[in-house]
Amino acid sequence: MKLKRTTMVSLCVAAISLTSSNISQAETLFWSTQAKPVEEAQAMRDNVLANAGQKVDFQPNDGGPWLTRLKAELEAGKGSIGMLGALHGDFTSLPADALVDLSEVDLGDTKVNSTFMELGKLGGSEQKYLPWMQATYIMAANKKALEFLPADADINALTYDQLIEWAKNMAEKTGSPKFGFPAGPKGLKHRFFQGYLYPSYTNSVVTKFASDEAIVAWEKFKELWQYTHSGSTNYSFMQEQLLSEDVWVAFDHTARLADAFNQKPDDFIGFPAPAGPTGRGFMPVIAGVAVPKTAADAASAKQLAAYMLKPETQLATLRTTNFFPVVEVALPDDMPAAVKIAGAAIAAMSGSADANPGLLPAGLGDQGGKFNQVYVDAFERIVLAGQDIKQVLDEQKEDLRKIMNDTGAPCWAPDKPSEGACPVE
Amino acid sequence: MEAKRLPYLLLLPATLFLGIFFLYPFGLVAWQAFSSDSGFTLSHFSTMTGHWKFSTAFWNTLLLALAVVPIQLIMALIMASLVSHMQKGRDIFLYIFTIPLGISDLAAGLIWLAIFEQSGFLNSMLHGLGFIDQPVMFLGYQSPVIIFVAIMLAEIWRATAIMLVIIVAGMGLIPKEYAEAAEVFGASRWQTFYRVTLPLLRPSLQTALILRVIMAFEVFAVVSALSGTTFPVLMSETYRYQFDLQDGSVAAAIAMVILAISIVFTLFFLRVLRVPKGASL
Repeated sequence: MKLKRTTMVSLCVAAISLTSSNISQAETLFWSTQAKPVEEAQAMRDNVLANAGQKVDFQPNDGGPWLTRLKAELEAGKGSIGMLGALHGDFTSLPADALVDLSEVDLGDTKVNSTFMELGKLGGSEQKYLPWMQATYIMAANKKALEFLPADADINALTYDQLIEWAKNMAEKTGSPKFGFPAGPKGLKHRFFQGYLYPSYTNSVVTKFASDEAIVAWEKFKELWQYTHSGSTNYSFMQEQLLSEDVWVAFDHTARLADAFNQKPDDFIGFPAPAGPTGRGFMPVIAGVAVPKTAADAASAKQLAAYMLKPETQLATLRTTNFFPVVEVALPDDMPAAVKIAGAAIAAMSGSADANPGLLPAGLGDQGGKFNQVYVDAFERIVLAGQDIKQVLDEQKEDLRKIMNDTGAPCWAPDKPSEGACPVE
Repeated sequence: MEAKRLPYLLLLPATLFLGIFFLYPFGLVAWQAFSSDSGFTLSHFSTMTGHWKFSTAFWNTLLLALAVVPIQLIMALIMASLVSHMQKGRDIFLYIFTIPLGISDLAAGLIWLAIFEQSGFLNSMLHGLGFIDQPVMFLGYQSPVIIFVAIMLAEIWRATAIMLVIIVAGMGLIPKEYAEAAEVFGASRWQTFYRVTLPLLRPSLQTALILRVIMAFEVFAVVSALSGTTFPVLMSETYRYQFDLQDGSVAAAIAMVILAISIVFTLFFLRVLRVPKGASL
């Protein structure tokens, strides 16, 4: 009797381990922080990954759980994750030896944007990730808002002063604020400060964090905030408020405006972010694919990475996620409205005479979250809590300096390149 | 011999389970809160208290518990008295009262968000009745009082039932003779409740209060659903440090603070509501 039970147990164990090893061989687990909404994730599986030539298990997750599982696998020295899909900032927070060098991956004739390829090296010589898709932040407006636009303003070349005047006009003439800003818990407000407000007023992100120019920038933002919808502290995806017409004008990530453009293409327009004294600051968002060193089958993962960069795959990804291709490819005419509207706005923004493109924060390692928190704290203290601007910036500056010194991260555009850690003045 | 060992044997799996999945990780978290690469340190605690939001989060958490728990206690006592005096349909009412217990706290937060948000039920109702022309922003960052009240309502709605269940069970244990004796001596219903029922309920009140207060210090999902980041509490700060800031040590330090105040309040209730030896039913 006893013998029989042991046999049963070992049979069960064997059966379980057999099935699990079968799964890991047959499928590549694509562990992603992108394409998280349920419909997007399903569209990734059905429309993008179905033709990959291998079985792919696409599993998107929030940044925290994503990193927790990956770190656990790295620490254990073995794992089931085959390929990673994440933002540039997610990859910078990984240990230096976490990712396999992808420079040998055969990309065929595909021409990948060289700036992004360079970013994918994370400051070293190995290709830590391959660029996968890109996006940026733009402005969107309901056409109803246009009649309140200041008379001398050109929507494709707005300044921050004109935006404030526009928001003021709308608030005063319609009875309630109509400008919306994604300041909610999942909103991407920090990117606005890092990539838009600071570069436009100080031509810097880090070095001049607490400068006189930065004080002006925050004063301007406070002025804009007076005419900003007070629900903004709960907004995370501005497409929702644009569609519900709670707000008429908004700033957000292109992928977070896409539903508005797609559902009512005749009601909304997209246009460039405004310009300040030091130009029209803007920042790209890059997502990449990478293979962790613990991948069970690195060869199929690399094949999958190459597949993700094929022009056809890139177009399918664009339709699914509203993130733009990172390879040279002509956009067909039947693209969704969001792609056309956002594409035109991005072209106008990057092609403007005063364009001041920044780069994503780089070299911050696992301090990326704390770096963002410096800007979020400054916002919450100055704008929401009404604290003194200079005092807040001087205090937050110390946190920022500590992060830069601890990580030794050199400056990135628009800050001037630095020897060693980027200085905070 | 077998019979003597049996209880220990039966308890062993649960004890092992708790040891491995609770005590061991707890030890790791405690160590993480007090250690750095170079050994023992209190620096995570100074980082924690140095952040401008910490004291707000700390007082918000305490204030919320102090505002919510007494109201829940009174409501639970009233509801339990009503239910205990029912002849018919007692079970149905108990089931209905305890429905919120079966709902996750995040879902509870979302239900109340659907009521209070700008395009929510409350605004639709007020608009329908002609009280307002434009939807009102109830949960904006400028109206912390309304946010606080909304969180209070959601918490009361969600978690009163756990106290109710414990108190109903406690009332069921009190022999009828005490109430009958009080009646014979001419006590009013209020006197019976205050002088007889309440003192005999002590053990149940103790359990209910300890459980509820610990839960109140761990409040998280309801708060984050209703207020986002405008009403920081200790648990939301723990989450922020762990996942947004990737700083597990400071998160562990805040968790230690939550543990400490939970222990303080548990000891407080154990002491205040203690049942003298030999005085139990």
